[in-house]
Amino acid sequence: MDVELRGITKRFGPIVANAEIDLDIRAGEVLGLLGENGAGKSTLMNVLCGLYTPDEGNIIIDGKPVTFDGPGAAIAAGIGMVHQHFMLVPVFTVAENAILGIEPTKQVDYLDLAAARQQVNEIGDRYGLQVDPDARIEDLPVGTQQRVEIIKVLVRSADVLILDEPTAVLTPQEVEEFFGIVRSLRDAGKAIVFITHKLDEILEISDRITVLRGGRVTGYGDPKTLTEQRLAEMMVGRPVRFDVDKAPYNPGDLLLEVRDLTVLRANDEIAADHVSLEVRSGEIVGIAGVQGNGQSALIEAITGLHRPVDGTIIFDGQDITNVSVRARHAMGMAHIPEDRQRTGIIGDFTVAENMALNSYYDERYAKGMSIVWPAVATHAADYVADFDVRTPSVHAKASQLSGGNQQKLVVARELSRDTKLLIAAQPTRGLDVGSVEYIHGRVVAARDEGDGVLIMSSELDEILALSDRILVMFKGRIVAEFDASKQPVDRNAVGLAMAGSAPRAAA
Amino acid sequence: MSAKASNDNLTQNLLQRAAPSRAEFEDLVIVPIFAVIVALAVGALVMLATAVDLPTIGRSYIALLQGSVGSLNALSETLTAAAPLVLAGLGLALGFRAGLFNIGAEGQIVIGGLAAVIVGFSFAGLPWFVHLPLALIAGALAGALYASIAGWLRAATGAHEVISTIMLNLISYRILDYVLRQPFIQREGRADPISRSVLDSAELPQLLAWIDPNLRVHAGILVVIAAVVVVHWILFRTKIGFEFRASGKNLDAARYAGMRASFTIVAAMASAGALAGLAGANQVLGVLDRASPGFSAGIGFDAISVALLGRSHPVGVLFAGLLFGALKTGGRQMQVDAGVSVDLIGIIQALIIVFIAAPLLVRAIFPWGFRKPQTEPNE
Repeated sequence: MDVELRGITKRFGPIVANAEIDLDIRAGEVLGLLGENGAGKSTLMNVLCGLYTPDEGNIIIDGKPVTFDGPGAAIAAGIGMVHQHFMLVPVFTVAENAILGIEPTKQVDYLDLAAARQQVNEIGDRYGLQVDPDARIEDLPVGTQQRVEIIKVLVRSADVLILDEPTAVLTPQEVEEFFGIVRSLRDAGKAIVFITHKLDEILEISDRITVLRGGRVTGYGDPKTLTEQRLAEMMVGRPVRFDVDKAPYNPGDLLLEVRDLTVLRANDEIAADHVSLEVRSGEIVGIAGVQGNGQSALIEAITGLHRPVDGTIIFDGQDITNVSVRARHAMGMAHIPEDRQRTGIIGDFTVAENMALNSYYDERYAKGMSIVWPAVATHAADYVADFDVRTPSVHAKASQLSGGNQQKLVVARELSRDTKLLIAAQPTRGLDVGSVEYIHGRVVAARDEGDGVLIMSSELDEILALSDRILVMFKGRIVAEFDASKQPVDRNAVGLAMAGSAPRAAA
Repeated sequence: MSAKASNDNLTQNLLQRAAPSRAEFEDLVIVPIFAVIVALAVGALVMLATAVDLPTIGRSYIALLQGSVGSLNALSETLTAAAPLVLAGLGLALGFRAGLFNIGAEGQIVIGGLAAVIVGFSFAGLPWFVHLPLALIAGALAGALYASIAGWLRAATGAHEVISTIMLNLISYRILDYVLRQPFIQREGRADPISRSVLDSAELPQLLAWIDPNLRVHAGILVVIAAVVVVHWILFRTKIGFEFRASGKNLDAARYAGMRASFTIVAAMASAGALAGLAGANQVLGVLDRASPGFSAGIGFDAISVALLGRSHPVGVLFAGLLFGALKTGGRQMQVDAGVSVDLIGIIQALIIVFIAAPLLVRAIFPWGFRKPQTEPNE
């Protein structure tokens, strides 16, 4: 099935999200769709999925113009989307999830699970997507859950599959496996749209590339002849630097010392299991690991959001194991939290209010009981200008900012005061190349000025690009340590440790 | 040099405030106004359905208007009825802002009013400028302490405040019954549970008695104005108000920012209780002169509607309280003039809240009052 989008324009009030976009999706091909956040990728895909009606332009399927009056119509036409955030019911089995909403039934609404199982197995055999149909989703690793999402789309007999940032949650090894699946789907004649901001992946998997910027198509490309450099330029509109300039590694005093830290999850499972680590001033320590291996709990314990059940945390010579968040903050600990939407900002508050979110009580902002809002606003305006946060005004609501700018707002708040230790969890998750470049530059600048930096990321490239030392966490333990201060670390070795299959590596 | 200048320029631009958006205006002003109109219209339909003829319906709405704002006496009654609604509504609004759904204003009014009465009839011989503030403070303090119980239960054990405040309401009624029968509180020579009368030195003085001694509006209305200003200041100008609002909007972010969740919960509940307690004190010191069973008269529940209608904003609560006060006094006139049951007012109040809670319904009924709704870009 071939789908053509012709002259698609979608406006939201004065904002033009898509302007006269042409896109060709062909059977048996992987189309890479590349663009920064806010470039209009999601809007365009929502048009294709029937969630939005375009203001202008046509969708043409196999030569015939169609209009979708809702997502149901698009699904019926054979267009399926695999969302970045999985939409699975954790306590249901694979088969139950696959048929959710289109359940095969016998008489008296009797759920025909046998038919569902058979469907799952057939699809698995045909496309190399083998999954046990009776496994419960919550027991499956993330990579397998993603297969279930794809199966779900295939059960609805989709011929066009839209994959939205599918590799964000996968280990490097899982990504390879996933690419295998994508290729077999393509070879079976499916049309694939692969949305990503990762340049190496799009070059590897795509047959053709379309780049969006500012709601317009800024480039078409052939992955065989394009370079990452050229792609990034098309995406951002200016040359982009990938390597991060760092001053020579020159670690100073011991700043953070974590000894035998054990942290439980809410259900009393062990999240972090006797973890010990050190961070010195002037160095970046990276914690690599696939999501869900205890890194988040470790960071929350170090920043004071979660009480550890065992172990000690010593910061700047003081035992802070049981010290409040605010006291840690006052001692010079800055924290870029993992989930900016949930924790980092309050969307309904203004940019200025968010800029003062965790220091509204200090002498810059408060006088007696009251907060001096004009002072908050002027400081916020300075930081916004300093850290290149794109907002019309500091009085605009934070929720109106794009993800990249929200993250810059968090980074600005955390780095705009005198800090000693920066703890950054997933500092660039979901951000575009331009914002990543900027935030990485700021993190390295903090390190070069003598701050200690502890960075946690599930994106291996980020860890490799920034870290002086790399720790790998797997199932709550630190299973490997690599010294990256002198020569680059073997990417493959780190990847294997992330998957838990490496023996304890010695540098 | 020029870079610096352009940077300053940028900073100046960033400090510009955008004009309030049309959507905000619609949400805060147009929806409530239309909600009231629709509620009155549906109220008329209800009267029709109960075999009231059209002229009577017309007369009853005229009576509603006259009885609430049609004369000096009507205005005085409206203000008198609005005062406790606004006070308790402010407390609830403050709780809502902090993410606490406090149903306990009724019980806090009872306990606050009781404390104010006891202080009000004790301490004979104090000058008014000591006695009256003392009685008001006693009311606020008792309300605050009583509400703190629910706050503490939430903070320490996670018991949800909706449940615990409802229970505390029921407990407060029984406390009232019990206390009113105590010999040093019960009025001498009375067998029924009723308290002694508040001394003159603790009474909220009538403001317009020099025009007509029947004008009941009293100095409590000044307390109300002060409370609106203070609550506005607390919510939007102070550190604790910032903590309240942050915790209410996003508890995770508040915790991340180092705000103490338990403290915020208890402080917000206590402030809400203080305001409800003041509402109770306002009633006994300004209107009732004494406490008797059921003196709270459901004000604490009407105040929930007032806080919701006022969108948990102090100024909004003031207007919503005035509207509900007007409906209450106008309703009485309606019953007298047109013979329509005062229960209709309850129906209209309920309908207003239904329509406020369902803005999409209001938009559907009055499409021309609103700009076309737009889907937001999700990028």
